[in-house]
Amino acid sequence: MPPQTAALSGGPTRLVDDYRPVAGVYDEMRTADGEVRPHWQYLIEVLRALGPDGIEERWRDARRLIRDNGVTYNAYGDTEGMSRPWELDLLPLQIRSDEWATLERGLIQRAELLNLILSDLYGPRKLITAGLLPATLIDAYPGYLIPCHGVPATDDQPLVDYAVDLTRTPDGAWRVIGDRTQCPSGAGYALENRVVLSRVMPSLFRDSHVHRLAGFYRSVRRALTRLAARRTPPTRIVMMTPGPSHEAYFEHAYLANYLGYNLVQGADLSVRDGALWLRTLGRLERIDAVLRRVDDLWCDPLELREDSHLGVPGLTQAARAGNVTLANALGSGVLEHPGLMAFLPRLCQHLLGEDLLLPDIPTWWCGEQADMARVLDELETLVIKPAGNPPGRRCLFPGRMDPAERAALVARIQAEPDRFVAQEHIVPSTAPALIGRRIEPRPTVLRTFLVAEEQGYTVMPGGLSRVAFEQDTPMISSRLGGIGKDTWVLASEPERQESLLGTGDLLAPAVAQESEVSSRVADNLFWIGRYAERAEGLVRLLRITIFKLSERQGYAATDDLTSCVPSLLQALTHQSQAYPGFVGDGFEERLRDPMPEMLSLIADPERLGGLPQTLQALGQAAWSVRERLSVDTWRVINDIEEHLRALTRRPPRDFGPALDELDPLVTALVAFSALTHENMTHNEGWNFLEAGRRLERGLNTATLLRGTLSRIGREHEEHLLIEAVLGITDSLITYRRRYQAGTRVGALLDLVFQDETNPRSLAYQLVQLERVCRQMPRGEMAAGRSSIERLILRSLTGVRLVEIDRLIQPDRTGTKRVALRRMLGQLSDQLAAVSDALTAQYFRHEEQPHALLGRVGRGPQ
Amino acid sequence: MRLRVTHVTRYQYTDPVSLCHSLARLKPRDTERQRTLTAQVRVDPWPAVAREHIDFFGNRVNYFSIQQSHSSLEVTAQSEVEIRAPTWPDPVITPPWEEVVRALKHGRDTRLIDARLFTLASNQVPLSSEANSFAAPSFRPGRPILEAALDLMGRLHRDFEYDPAFTTITTPLDEVLAHRRGVCQDFAHVALAALRGRGLAARYVSGYLETRPPPGQAKLRGADASHAWFAVLIPGLGWVDLDPTNDQAAQEQYVTVAIGRDYQDVAPLRGVFYGGATHELTVAVDVDRVGSG
Repeated sequence: MPPQTAALSGGPTRLVDDYRPVAGVYDEMRTADGEVRPHWQYLIEVLRALGPDGIEERWRDARRLIRDNGVTYNAYGDTEGMSRPWELDLLPLQIRSDEWATLERGLIQRAELLNLILSDLYGPRKLITAGLLPATLIDAYPGYLIPCHGVPATDDQPLVDYAVDLTRTPDGAWRVIGDRTQCPSGAGYALENRVVLSRVMPSLFRDSHVHRLAGFYRSVRRALTRLAARRTPPTRIVMMTPGPSHEAYFEHAYLANYLGYNLVQGADLSVRDGALWLRTLGRLERIDAVLRRVDDLWCDPLELREDSHLGVPGLTQAARAGNVTLANALGSGVLEHPGLMAFLPRLCQHLLGEDLLLPDIPTWWCGEQADMARVLDELETLVIKPAGNPPGRRCLFPGRMDPAERAALVARIQAEPDRFVAQEHIVPSTAPALIGRRIEPRPTVLRTFLVAEEQGYTVMPGGLSRVAFEQDTPMISSRLGGIGKDTWVLASEPERQESLLGTGDLLAPAVAQESEVSSRVADNLFWIGRYAERAEGLVRLLRITIFKLSERQGYAATDDLTSCVPSLLQALTHQSQAYPGFVGDGFEERLRDPMPEMLSLIADPERLGGLPQTLQALGQAAWSVRERLSVDTWRVINDIEEHLRALTRRPPRDFGPALDELDPLVTALVAFSALTHENMTHNEGWNFLEAGRRLERGLNTATLLRGTLSRIGREHEEHLLIEAVLGITDSLITYRRRYQAGTRVGALLDLVFQDETNPRSLAYQLVQLERVCRQMPRGEMAAGRSSIERLILRSLTGVRLVEIDRLIQPDRTGTKRVALRRMLGQLSDQLAAVSDALTAQYFRHEEQPHALLGRVGRGPQ
Repeated sequence: MRLRVTHVTRYQYTDPVSLCHSLARLKPRDTERQRTLTAQVRVDPWPAVAREHIDFFGNRVNYFSIQQSHSSLEVTAQSEVEIRAPTWPDPVITPPWEEVVRALKHGRDTRLIDARLFTLASNQVPLSSEANSFAAPSFRPGRPILEAALDLMGRLHRDFEYDPAFTTITTPLDEVLAHRRGVCQDFAHVALAALRGRGLAARYVSGYLETRPPPGQAKLRGADASHAWFAVLIPGLGWVDLDPTNDQAAQEQYVTVAIGRDYQDVAPLRGVFYGGATHELTVAVDVDRVGSG
């Protein structure tokens, strides 16, 4: 074991004694003399008391919570894709209240300063004409957006939402290493870290008197409500995300949910009458303010990046007309220019008449000749930050380059000095982190957050700290990477427990206020309903079929007892639509040996219509409306995804292991249904989920009955099929109670086709479908029944009026039930038509916007 | 001289368009030598929203949005401007170009500070070593700036072939330089790259050129369409407009509409529409002399 690490396994005393800070680096927990700083004492005692096993247990609890809540972050280039769980260190970064107060003053000053700079740059540009900022510093920076010049900011407050990355120099002084101003991320992860840690270590958290975070998010809501363009309530505020494939989508959904804002994408919004509108079901809702998480350049294809599909055409114009407040204002990314830091002390004096309280890392912009000379002289000791096109956040370390690379860099700097910034290479301070079973010092960066309130900026009392995986990391990037850490600002007095709910805040509308359902959300909910039901139906059918097949073993293949199997297999193909399967080309061969085809349906992720694809589609649809699903629901989704992973990673080679996976999967799917039914408000959005579920179940039932009952088999065979159908539709017990005398097709149909009280019957699905569709929004002109309702009513009336006895009459050959087959076919078609009608009426997203042809100016013809 | 410009742009869509947002830079701005007497932009179908603002460069921008379903869009810009002929000094007495570069870099004069933006690379005019070497023969050490700029314009005119079939608005500069062909936009961009590569301030100008061939002379190219050229800053003198497509300094018959770093900043019409499938574009421009002449 390396000497500088503290081993949990080495007994309680060694936990701290073995922790050795790196020489010449500020450590949060221990002083250079080896003393444990007093405000860490309590934490250390608690850790000692917990012991190595206790700590590990807590750590596992935290991991589980993170997994259950679906907390993910996807750093670029991460091979695990979207589902990489967010890493959280068990040890919070602890900061004393008095020290925090000093830091806070510096942060507030900085935010005010940056806000003034931003206002000036997109307005009078006096700082440039007065020679306080070089024109080329700003104008050569791709983050300075000339089309946004002159767009007024509500209340002169373009910088609403702001994040700062901080670390400490060896003397313990805080330094700013980066500003995040266009759409600063991390506030959601900070909250989630807090939620997890306070649950895993409740007593430690309680007794440490940690400053609560909820007040900060209340400030965010207050700030946006205040800045919302129309002050007459109800103001509508949305959070805009690039979408489910964004690295921080989890946070967008989480934060939107916590703040009570509708999470929208560019395609959900539209600019009309010079204002911004949200497309909800059948109507447009005026939007007053946008908390955006879409980068500046991508916000408006009309005036910014023409090829952006993430933005809203005309958004800049709506802001220019003062009809919508954007937080932050478009173009605020200019403040992320690393070279700006070199000018802040001067600007602070000029604009605020004060010294800059919180110094930056010493910074030089190569656009100044003297600075460039100095930078080139000391190149090896500096960090180089390109500020060019495209805006890169990657740092270069000339000290680690070979001479050829370094010469190439020098040439690049000399060619375009405006685009290079150099900073002193500082070694970030370290904080203790749990690495394996040891506590080790790790470079740490703290990101904290500010929001503009009426009386000035409010700082989050805490933040998101990140520690590097490796001890020898030159600098933690400004991207969100590394291991997350909660940040505890320790109060001297215990604080009142608070949450966003029930604060009685007059300015803020109740969080419980229901946000509108956009067409996209309704669409996703509808498909969640359909996929969940489809998966459940498929698994049920697969299970029964496997049971029947297993019973066959030991009997001759031709035995009467098992002749229901081909019908079930064919129903399986029809239901999954995974043709040819047991129906199309080569079906005889597959009927003889059904196992490979069935296992493929169960575990082959490439199989269209198979179980993995259905589950995957369910997961994707759920992820797209992440913010509308409760934590419990999300936990079930995670369970389902884990079953899916298990199935596809280790595909079962036999029915036994397959059943072992299918059984818990059915349970999870049923739990999902129950949760969406019981734990979701039965509002507009839920109606669509329910419609999807009912529609799919109706289709499944129709397909199943058609596949199994169209052909008239021998009595044994019919008996077995009826039993199977009852098993699949979960109606066996009712059937036995109701029709004690044997099994008959007529009785079966009575129960699973026409009985409106059986939640598995086709009639029941139609009744429910009609009920939810009646509650869907309709156009103003609509009187009487909508076309969707009429479609459903036609099906339902047909089912109600038909006489079962006539329906099951055999045809002339005595081998088929033609009438039944025809009717079930019609019902399937009608249900498909209902789905199409719902899509056409509610989900038809507006077409993709296109750019007009260019080259109007073309010179002579 | 007074000129009247009529510029009609028509889009014909194959499918109806449900919503369209557009920005037009079609109203001529005022310059040192140009006064805009009247200017209007008419849009058919009637736009639900129409607003005008002045952009960063001082250009007049008309935003409009059409919210009713339509299958064609016609934008008609009409304006009347009065233009004074420029009086340029003998190129030989203008300052050496290096002196201008120094002034731009270190000068504290507001005009110089404002002009610095035009010394920088822009999206469509990136720094280009190819453009630098093309410029080199014109920029011998100590050469007076106007002489050098005129020489550059002349060489562009001689060495580049006018070929509307070769480029589109997205053809990169280096490709234009490699093949030595393009249209007025491309020539202006090449000139801008050449001048900015030296550290000089140069801007893109979009506008029109009156076509009224004097008897016995050939018709000037650039007729009946919008046109583009470049302008270079000479401290003390102002912006000098040069047209490499026709190898001449801009005279009275050049109507300036908008200025910017490159085409992107001044595109006469840009827009985003929903629906429409594909569309066809037709443009008609007439520039007529008003009154005497």
